[in-house]
Amino acid sequence: MAHKENGGVVKLELQGISKAFGSFYANQDIDLTVEERQIHCLLGENGAGKSTLMNVLYGLYEPTSGRILVDGRPVRFAGPGDAMAAGIGMVHQHFMLVPVFTVAENVALGAEATRGAGLLDLDVTRTRIREISARYGFDVDPDALVEDLPVGVQQRVEIIKALVREAKVLILDEPTAVLTPQETDELLDIMRQLRASGTSIVFISHKLREVKAVSDVITVIRRGKVVGDAAPGASPSELAAMMVGRPVSLSLDKAPAAPGETTFEVTGLTVTAPNGTRAVDGLSFAIARGEILAVAGVQGNGQTELTEAILGLQEHVSGSVRLEGQELLGRSVKEVLRAGVGFVPEDRTVDGLVGPLSVAENLVLDLYDREPYARGIGMRPAEVRANASQRVEEFDIRTPSPEAAAGTLSGGNQQKVVMARALSRPLKLFIASQPTRGVDVGSVEFLHRRIVAERDGGTPVLIVSTELDEVLELADRIAVLYKGRLVGIVPAGTPRDVLGLMMAGVTPPKAETDAEAAAEHAAEAAAADAAQAEESPRPTRDSEGGTL
Amino acid sequence: MSATAAPAVSAPAISPGAPVGWKVPATLSVLAVVALVVFGFLGSAQTAEFGISASGDAFALPALRVPGMATSIVLGVLMAGLAAWSVWLKLQGRRTPGWAGPVFAVMFVFSFLVWVVASARTPSISLAGLIAGAVTLAVPLVFGSLSGVLCERSGVVNIAIEGQLLGGAFTAAIVASVTRSPALGLVAAAVAGALVSMVLAVFSIRYLVNQIIVGVVLNVLVSGLTGFLFTTVMQEDPELFNSPGRLPILEIPVLSAIPILGPILFKQSVVGYLMYIAVAVVWLGLFKTRWGLRLRAVGEHPKAADTLGIRVNATRFWNVTLGGAIAGIGGSFFTLVAIDSFTKEISGGRGFIALAALIFGRWNPIGAFFAALLFGFADNLQAILTIIGTPVPSQFMAMMPYLVTVFAVAGLVGRSRPPAAEGIPYVKG
Repeated sequence: MAHKENGGVVKLELQGISKAFGSFYANQDIDLTVEERQIHCLLGENGAGKSTLMNVLYGLYEPTSGRILVDGRPVRFAGPGDAMAAGIGMVHQHFMLVPVFTVAENVALGAEATRGAGLLDLDVTRTRIREISARYGFDVDPDALVEDLPVGVQQRVEIIKALVREAKVLILDEPTAVLTPQETDELLDIMRQLRASGTSIVFISHKLREVKAVSDVITVIRRGKVVGDAAPGASPSELAAMMVGRPVSLSLDKAPAAPGETTFEVTGLTVTAPNGTRAVDGLSFAIARGEILAVAGVQGNGQTELTEAILGLQEHVSGSVRLEGQELLGRSVKEVLRAGVGFVPEDRTVDGLVGPLSVAENLVLDLYDREPYARGIGMRPAEVRANASQRVEEFDIRTPSPEAAAGTLSGGNQQKVVMARALSRPLKLFIASQPTRGVDVGSVEFLHRRIVAERDGGTPVLIVSTELDEVLELADRIAVLYKGRLVGIVPAGTPRDVLGLMMAGVTPPKAETDAEAAAEHAAEAAAADAAQAEESPRPTRDSEGGTL
Repeated sequence: MSATAAPAVSAPAISPGAPVGWKVPATLSVLAVVALVVFGFLGSAQTAEFGISASGDAFALPALRVPGMATSIVLGVLMAGLAAWSVWLKLQGRRTPGWAGPVFAVMFVFSFLVWVVASARTPSISLAGLIAGAVTLAVPLVFGSLSGVLCERSGVVNIAIEGQLLGGAFTAAIVASVTRSPALGLVAAAVAGALVSMVLAVFSIRYLVNQIIVGVVLNVLVSGLTGFLFTTVMQEDPELFNSPGRLPILEIPVLSAIPILGPILFKQSVVGYLMYIAVAVVWLGLFKTRWGLRLRAVGEHPKAADTLGIRVNATRFWNVTLGGAIAGIGGSFFTLVAIDSFTKEISGGRGFIALAALIFGRWNPIGAFFAALLFGFADNLQAILTIIGTPVPSQFMAMMPYLVTVFAVAGLVGRSRPPAAEGIPYVKG
């Protein structure tokens, strides 16, 4: 399925690429043609096989069958070195930068200029970095240590790395996952600039808004196969349906919140990190029964520490966390859980599940030592099994049997196990961190509905998500964190760009000295609050936004 | 805790509100009290003499003679003052500056020396001899820790330094004896060390066996093998198999007559000179060359190196092998320089001290060099103090190098950061 609509020179062709891991095909018979000067998007859910395909193209995986053509000539890549030599560069989802190296060292690595006798000549690299920085308007200091740089700048270093190696085709694997909305817009601009200067780009994403904004061609991949191509003009619901294979509802249509009595209060919560910095710095907020407070922010701004501090997993915590008048700080995790707190940790594989244990056992990890699952020192397997079959059905957990090891389930189903465990008892507070990270679109919808159902049952809900779409979808109020501090709490209807600025640490206008602006904003906010509480059930959303 | 870049948390600046610990002020206070009471008030009033010049020096410097108790009391008061200042700073919420530790350490060590020398039967030691001996004892430690630096910087934990030293020592002895050439023995030692290292490399890189276990097993294996060959071969005909002869001490005229520094730098065996060269070359190579950049990259973030076309496992394999060769040369010091024969377990656990030196030196060749010197110094000091007859039981003196090792690594290193991918085998995909 070569597309020739641009009439450009064919730069890169994948023909019939398959990649099998054992008996599982991550890619099956994939054809893809990337034209010169095009931004070609690969759209697909997590686990659809986009990254595998790109790792094949970049020489990291050997394809099981199929071939790669560059400018019409078949090539074989034994490793990334060959792919780079053929003009292919890649920016990985998890950056391939050595944190303790400087920018120049990272850029030089693998293609070092030397003064003879193997002595490094980093000046050559520094000059190249400055040239490229100047051309694309990057502000990158060649001698900065990579670990000290913000994520957005690290990403630019990755792009520089590819450009220094004269990449003609640049693969960007989920590049916006770690960026604020503003940084995302800047990245999209950089992509357009690169296209204008002759680089074609393969843009891997599952976020419809970005894909539509920047792509020339969209190829949709589902379960390792190409579903078809779409034009950037296609509607979000069309694209989503192609990704998932069935019509998906992109909006949650949740009822307006009916906040009751405020039962959960955090006052002056501070968490000191081992290096002496304040990971969480004097946070104060409250959540009412039947209300969802969503915490927005770029990853690593104190979200992890906040939820873990409430649960009692963090050391060096001061302040106060009160649930229905009881102080939670200073209690053990078990006591906090028994006090009625349900917790979904941000990384299910690390903190949420014990992979080798069965689904049934994982479902009772928090209550295993209590009636009815235990009596005295003995477990009661029959009760555990009964509970498991009930939860599996209720949460639609796709598992061969409740006895299957939880680690063998797909990401979405693992998340359902964690969620089912947390929600299987009456709660006084529900905390979910990254509730849908790495979860397929179908499950996202389901999990979101469960969270809203918990709210409607009268539980205060605290959601932490780095996906702004998810925050906008679920929140009744939005708290924005930046460097451990609360930038502000705003109503659900707050526009995306205002939130984006807040996520970069800019205080919302009401904090400005300009009295007029403040008054105006206050009126606006009040109106929005009122609208939210009385009239409009749904938060105003970006017209093209989706929770994908 | 997300490992991926966290702008807020990974920022290097310590916020002004960061807590200042009690660790430094408390440690200084306790040590100051110990020094003042034990070294000072309970010390001997004899005069301690520290010889500075040796007999062969170009010009003689007078020996330093200090009254025992008085000196230790003065030093003790100074140390107490420093400790009090540190406590005061802590109470003000400020940090004790970095120079305070080393200054305190120097005063403490000198106070200890004055005390122990003044209370000895012959209250006189030679500083020149003390330091020269420290360097000599440090030679195998330095080679061993350089081996560790190369292995660990490339991502492979090297517990097998002891085995590499011992293998080098044995092979040097037997090859030099049979060929009647200590120089060939030196080369053979390097080969033997490299072979021991290759076993480590093959099992840990190719077969992904736990690196610590392979290292420990290698140490036991080499110890057993050399011990067996020692009794079955060497002791049968020591004349033929265990008389390697010594590498000559090469004295550079004029320069070697400089007091203290001369003998250390310019009156060494080939192995001693190689040590200085090795430290410089490894440091330069590690931080200024393409080789070093790639070596460090595969030890910090092998996947990143792989995506840039660097062959991670080959890089690791050859650097581990090179490390073994360096340790092997260090092993030859035992049988070609220190004494001219091999005995069972001649390395005597120095491979493990080298490991400590490497960590104390923060995986840096120069740091490891000075750490090794410190351990060599402690080792030599206990030997000399036993000779001059101190009131401290010799068993306690014998513990000193190890106590210094434990305290140095546990107390002073703090949060040093090992290579990120150390000990983790690299598997593609």
